[in-house]
Amino acid sequence: MVADESVETPSASGGREFWRRFRRSRAGVVGLSLVVLLIVVALAAPLLAPRDPQTTSMTTLKPPGTHGHPLGTDNLGRDILSGVLWGTRVSLTVGVCAAATAVLLGVFIGSMAGFYGGWADAVLGRVTELFQVIPRFVLALLVVALFGSGLWKLIAVIGILSWPQAARVVRGQVMALRGAAYVDAARVLGLRNARIIFSEILPNVLAPVVVIGSLDVAGSILLEASLGFFGLGDPNLVSWGMMLNNAQAHLRQAWWMSVFPGLGISLAVLGFNLMGDGLNDAANPRLGV
Amino acid sequence: MQAVPLLLGVIVVNFLLISLAPGDPVATLLGEYPAPPEYVAQLRREFGLDRPAPMRLALYAWNVARGELGFSFAYRLPVAALVAGRLGNTFLLMVTALSLAALVGVGLGVTAARRRGSGLDTAATGISLAGYSIPDFWLSQLLVLLFAVFLGWLPAQGIRSVREEYTGLAAFLDTARHLILPAAALSFRYTALISRLTRASMLEAMSQDFILAARARGLPERLVLLQHGLRNAALPVVTVIGYNFAFVLAGSALVETVFGWPGVGRLLYDAILQRDTPVLLGVLLMVSATVVVVNLLTDLLYAALDPRVRY
Repeated sequence: MVADESVETPSASGGREFWRRFRRSRAGVVGLSLVVLLIVVALAAPLLAPRDPQTTSMTTLKPPGTHGHPLGTDNLGRDILSGVLWGTRVSLTVGVCAAATAVLLGVFIGSMAGFYGGWADAVLGRVTELFQVIPRFVLALLVVALFGSGLWKLIAVIGILSWPQAARVVRGQVMALRGAAYVDAARVLGLRNARIIFSEILPNVLAPVVVIGSLDVAGSILLEASLGFFGLGDPNLVSWGMMLNNAQAHLRQAWWMSVFPGLGISLAVLGFNLMGDGLNDAANPRLGV
Repeated sequence: MQAVPLLLGVIVVNFLLISLAPGDPVATLLGEYPAPPEYVAQLRREFGLDRPAPMRLALYAWNVARGELGFSFAYRLPVAALVAGRLGNTFLLMVTALSLAALVGVGLGVTAARRRGSGLDTAATGISLAGYSIPDFWLSQLLVLLFAVFLGWLPAQGIRSVREEYTGLAAFLDTARHLILPAAALSFRYTALISRLTRASMLEAMSQDFILAARARGLPERLVLLQHGLRNAALPVVTVIGYNFAFVLAGSALVETVFGWPGVGRLLYDAILQRDTPVLLGVLLMVSATVVVVNLLTDLLYAALDPRVRY
């Protein structure tokens, strides 16, 4: 699942070629289909959900198939199907926004470290090591427990804790390209460093970054669900992790409270992981394993 | 890899969290009591809160070095003793899960590599995909539902039976029975990782010249596999277990919560419910320190296994 760190040489093979290779990867196509399905569900949640996911009722702990509740109800009579459908929104929002934050930070920090080397690189090295020894989940847990939860806080915390991987890959690629002939040519032409990084080097680093981004979405969805399971999700929203937290106390009476939200998490994580694999195959056609 | 600067880094991160967290510790300590301002000022002096941040950081580092990690309000115990008392149970769970993952993962990976492209290979790939995607806390709930609720074969909660008093072998077997489900849940992800890496490194190793030489010498295929191929598969196993230790610990926290396993993870969960901040900070610190030590050991083990690596 880790993106290959070999360098993509600048070539004319544009987006169309990339797409052609992506479509040949079975993992990629299945992943993309899952992701598209999730996005559609997230957007159409208000139309698809039979009722409001937060509305409680007297019909508590009813099994799937109970009239009006295809997937049953929870201990407060809330509709499970509606919760699962609306939960898609939280997972995708957190997953995509946190991954975007992580990738933006990672590209910026990684390209600085790779291009300038020296102390910028040394600092990145130390910080990355630090992130490797502090369990990301425990740190996120602490930050959310101390500073309170909420959708945007979750996105910020997960994003800020997830950038080192992207930074490491970008750093490697930028270091390898920094001495390439065409970069020297740009320098001879008198281009400024910022211009060289952004318009000459970064476009060639795009492919591995997209792969990391996709895997980061999967990781962020998993982390958000884990925090929710520890009772630290956004208290005003219905999320899969918090549904599982709620299910824990009722496992003996209501298996459906656990099974369906967990299925949601697994499918979302699987979708973005597979899509990442497919993107990786398309980005590194020589590997063909 | 330098252990000391990393530990200092962990202490700084912890200190930053304490300092930046909203809420005044003295106000929390005093609670609802109306206190004269002189007393508040005296308390601030006593705890060193009136000093500049670098001084407070030095004080904090000194306390940590002495093993002074604060006091748990909920348990009325020093944090260091509380966490240390739980680490043993967490390690029992982790070591069992990782051994299981190494055993099953290597077996699966070797078989998949030997019969590349077979149905078994495809199945192994499927298992590793599931391992990456299924959250371990949900897998834990599923295992509880299947083996404890529906089949009633195994206990769903705790580390030992509450109703019976076992001693000796019976106590050991009782704990083992309680260990099966949480260890299986925690091991799944790493079984997937190890099987995938083992398969890849076996495929690579088996195409090397020394394997060809061993076959040419007429060594039975089974011995070629065991003596020459598997040796190379040991490295990925060590890598996965050693360098993923931080993740395994985090996974253990989630699994423990489902199974009511009295380890560090369960302690974290309870500390969050009870807003027991000193415990949260102590766990982060001790867990990170453990990871630093394990990484160091992994580096040494790596050098011992692979003669090309030298420190």
